[in-house]
Amino acid sequence: MRKYEIMFIVDPNLPEDEIDQLNTQVAGMVTDGGGSVVETEKMGRRRLAYEVKRQTDGFYVLLTVEANGEIVSEVERRFRVMDTVLRYITVRVDETEKKLEKVRAIRQSKTDRRNAKQPASPEQPAAN
Amino acid sequence: MAQKQFYRRRKVCKFCVENIDSINYKDTKLLSQFVPERAKILPRRISGVCSPHQRQLNDAIQKARSIALLPYTTD
Repeated sequence: MRKYEIMFIVDPNLPEDEIDQLNTQVAGMVTDGGGSVVETEKMGRRRLAYEVKRQTDGFYVLLTVEANGEIVSEVERRFRVMDTVLRYITVRVDETEKKLEKVRAIRQSKTDRRNAKQPASPEQPAAN
Repeated sequence: MAQKQFYRRRKVCKFCVENIDSINYKDTKLLSQFVPERAKILPRRISGVCSPHQRQLNDAIQKARSIALLPYTTD
């Protein structure tokens, strides 16, 4: 199982409850295939950077999902058929998350070592 | 030797200096700093971003463009 982020743009003229309905439909597709939905986030209506299907606005939905490639391709196929979905993008996030953790761990160990070397020196103000 | 006196500030990679680990396509606020008016990606020679981070930045900007978070072009 891999972790994916599926972001899609829904037609903003659609009423809110229909958007919710669509979300549960997509979530259903994922769970039917044996995956699981980690998080559903409605990012809300925002202006598109360029016109898509004659629309200047769009309703963004972000779905974080544990699934395999087959489920993702099935979801994408359905998106292509739906008129209400303007755009979609699927990004695999598990590997980038792993890499990020590694980078953070390295930085943490470096600061630890520095602090261990000079215990008398005052704590540096955090750069973050 | 030092004929020209003007001093150019040394460019540094924003991501290295500020310890920004992840360049995410959803972070349009961050990405838009690297796409000037014409919506082209700012080259490294101007922004001073180091090459690993520039590569990540490119990926993020292109993803953001594909879902209409950032423009491909403006006229």
